Amino acid sequence: MTTPAFVFDPQRFLKNGAGGHGRHLGMRYHAHGPDWTEMAMPYDPRLIGDPDSGVIASGPILSMMDMVTSMSVWLKLNGFRAHATLDLRVDYLRPATPGKTVIGHGECYRVTRSIAFVRGQAHDGDPDDPLAHVAGTFMAPEGYF
Amino acid sequence: MLPPYAETLGLSVDAEDATGCTLIMPYANGVLGRPGFLHGGAISGLMEMAAIVALRRALAEEGGGRIKPINVTVDFMRGGRDKLTYGKGLVTRLGKRVANVEATAWQDDPAKPISAARMNYLILRD
Repeated sequence: MTTPAFVFDPQRFLKNGAGGHGRHLGMRYHAHGPDWTEMAMPYDPRLIGDPDSGVIASGPILSMMDMVTSMSVWLKLNGFRAHATLDLRVDYLRPATPGKTVIGHGECYRVTRSIAFVRGQAHDGDPDDPLAHVAGTFMAPEGYF
Repeated sequence: MLPPYAETLGLSVDAEDATGCTLIMPYANGVLGRPGFLHGGAISGLMEMAAIVALRRALAEEGGGRIKPINVTVDFMRGGRDKLTYGKGLVTRLGKRVANVEATAWQDDPAKPISAARMNYLILRD
């Protein structure tokens, strides 16, 4: 496996490349490390799933977790690869607090030739009090290496 | 009936389906992921909304109640292209406290889903 040495920068990627759905839901870059990425999604009435309580829907959280886990694979590999989500499982541990920004943390913990395994959590201020937990896999049709 | 998030995705109820449990999501920039393809999160959002619509209808027949999502597992089978996407929810079991719901999303042919999901919901009966 030899891949051109270029570093994946999620901050730049999200600034220039990630329009569409992520921008539509108001997500932005928050932080990253060697095998993880974080995005932030400020509270927005357009995301509400339960008008009585003002709690945002589960869908936007899943969208954010899909994006942060996807980018975590490119960080672990230190380069971009075309891939697609194979499956994603989300446990909704508690409702997001209305008014608070949701932070999504995605981590890639294993990459094989064609499959990447990811996990992550979402919280709204305190990482020790997560509101969602996610596990999933991505697949690279051309292979990761 | 549909919450603000459903409007954000551009969802509407498919009048052609008599069960009322099918939603339609138009192709738009706001639901796009990588260029030319729907975002997996938008497809999942469509299916979660369809699941909730189906569950609300089933629950209403039994006196109503509140629902809380416990979890969702989504399989992505095909890329979503530049056309309408349909999402349909199906309640496979409505228990006293928990409901099992399935949802699929398709574009041309319901027999060729682009994605499928399985959800558990907590039920707080009125």
